Amino acid sequence: MSHPIQAAKFLEDKSNAKWHDETLWFVRDKRDTSSKGIPEWENLRELASSIKDNVLSNLDSYLVEFEKNAIKNGIKIHWAKDAEEHNQIVLSILKEKDCKAIVKSKSILTEECHLNPYLEENGVEVVDTDLGERIVQFLNQPPSHIVLPAIHLKKEHISEIFHEKLQTEKGNNDPYYLTQAARKHLREKFLAAKVAITGVNFGVAETGEFVVCTNEGNADMGVHLADTHIACMGIEKLIPKREHLGVFLRLLARSATGQSITNYNSHFRSPSEGKEIHIILLDNGRTKQLGREKFRNSLKCIRCGACMNTCPIYRRSGGYSYDSVVPGPIGSILSPGIDLKKHSSLPFASTLCGSCSDVCPVKINIHEQLYEWRQEITKAQSSINAKSIAMKIANGIFSTPYAYKLSGQIMRGSLKILPESVTYSNLNTWGKERDLPELPKQSFKDWYKNNGNE
Amino acid sequence: MSLNKKVGLFIPCYVDQFYPKVAIATLELLRKLGCEVSYPMNQTCCGQPMANAGYERDTVATTQHFLDTFESYDYIVCPSGSCVHHVRDHAPSIEGKENNQKDIQQRVYELTEFITDILKITDIKGSYPHRVGFHSSCHGQRGLRLASSSELNQPVFNKAKELLANFEGLEWVELSRKDECCGFGGTFAVTEEALSIQMGKDRLQDHISKEAEIIIGGDMSCIMHLSGIASRNKQSIQFKHIAEVLNEAML
Repeated sequence: MSHPIQAAKFLEDKSNAKWHDETLWFVRDKRDTSSKGIPEWENLRELASSIKDNVLSNLDSYLVEFEKNAIKNGIKIHWAKDAEEHNQIVLSILKEKDCKAIVKSKSILTEECHLNPYLEENGVEVVDTDLGERIVQFLNQPPSHIVLPAIHLKKEHISEIFHEKLQTEKGNNDPYYLTQAARKHLREKFLAAKVAITGVNFGVAETGEFVVCTNEGNADMGVHLADTHIACMGIEKLIPKREHLGVFLRLLARSATGQSITNYNSHFRSPSEGKEIHIILLDNGRTKQLGREKFRNSLKCIRCGACMNTCPIYRRSGGYSYDSVVPGPIGSILSPGIDLKKHSSLPFASTLCGSCSDVCPVKINIHEQLYEWRQEITKAQSSINAKSIAMKIANGIFSTPYAYKLSGQIMRGSLKILPESVTYSNLNTWGKERDLPELPKQSFKDWYKNNGNE
Repeated sequence: MSLNKKVGLFIPCYVDQFYPKVAIATLELLRKLGCEVSYPMNQTCCGQPMANAGYERDTVATTQHFLDTFESYDYIVCPSGSCVHHVRDHAPSIEGKENNQKDIQQRVYELTEFITDILKITDIKGSYPHRVGFHSSCHGQRGLRLASSSELNQPVFNKAKELLANFEGLEWVELSRKDECCGFGGTFAVTEEALSIQMGKDRLQDHISKEAEIIIGGDMSCIMHLSGIASRNKQSIQFKHIAEVLNEAML
């Protein structure tokens, strides 16, 4: 279903839509306060953007360096060209360990690969341990936001879910009570899992280590209790040096939630004795995106979600309206590269207001890429559809002054003489909930002819 | 003052057709400020609606026409941030004319930035005894940087406010969301109609709840959308383009 249809559906429940907008605006507002507490904020963004430019331009050598150092540290490296290969690698490790139940901390990459359903089909129980992700997992839903997976749900709704799944008291909406219930439930899962899966926020090429950021400590809890840690990592997640973390960690938490630092920034370098760490490096379309000159810097994204919180469209249409693993502005420039046809309405789900580009901690020109995707999409669509013909006619009109003048007169004339029922019918989408301007007797051009000279 | 330079008045096509009073106010204002202004009769549209809809490649002839029309002017001034942003930053490059095009693009200015940055006037004397809310168009604000952006950690500025602030009696309303989009967005207004309307209603509410009498904007496209919603819902708030206000209030 296209974005406009989903958005209209989301807006039907007016009070919920308002609440969603205000909740995410609150996060954006916290981000503003926090980012403005750092005088060098704009320099940090510039620095982060330049570091990522360097990474993207030298990705091949950084990957080799990262692999070499990680292997030296005793980590096992796997390369996956696509989601299928990624999932097969995970399953083969689980089979080798004879593991039937795993815990997983938040990883949008595993969402991208649809790892959960794949493992479940193969008889493995997957428990998402991030609280928000666990909630949406109970509902069999994907996350609606990459940082705040259950942001579309109110506490009353979560109370109902927990009552059904965790037998909490009916009608008890106290967040503390509900969190404690989740904690107890997850504790059992942590203790039972032999293998833990995490995502990766940053891979450091010079040391072969990687960093995982969570607020709940759930990645650490899973990893420390398990014998095997599988870290799933997109190949674009590299940074050259450890010292660069000082740039990215400061930007990430502030941009994501307005915190000065994420609660847990855990560095994983080598496995403890008797344990194993595996890293799966996934391409899945990333090198293709790297080869698209206009879109390559979308790969700088550090998944902070700030563009979602700031986006007036996302806030009023919800994450699911995008029907894409990564929703919001950044999703709308990443997803068309993966499936242009399926996601063709997303680059148009924007007014090109530019707030996403200004909020982005790594300075991705998101709104300009939305504009560029529009050009690609209309090219890919049949060149004889109605809209393209209209555009060709328009170009003809606007390059010919006489034709423009004539069409203007017809336009003003017909608006004047058409009955309201035609102008304001459903055929005229503009007029559904908006009045047209009062029409002037003459255009400026006509006025200027008689009155324009001093 | 006299600028001694030829200013070409660039009027957006929908302003020409729907809001001639805004174009007239722009012309009168620039003349009062001492500019030698004329309106090249051959101008049409800058091509933005087509380009933003994904048909930039179909605007080559339109862009070529724009360049031919305005080539001879020292400055090209337009009462729309959005159209200027398109001409400067998005119009397709015309083969074989790239340098000439760049040169012309650098001479295109939005009205308020032309007054503050080129004419270097920020102290227009006048009186405007009204409580006003200002709607920054996104293309003017984030595209042309006519005002600071709330996302950025930068000194706060607003070229329109610089011009309006000196008017006697004018009360400037601070909005809760300083620079949220109104939801017009060109074809977005019809392709994403439900969202567009909701965004417009929210924007209006911010101004109305702060008891603004008049919403002043730098882009009539945003104003056409907002005033259309207000009028349908019988909201009595008024709307003006900044050119009208400056022209009216200036002594």
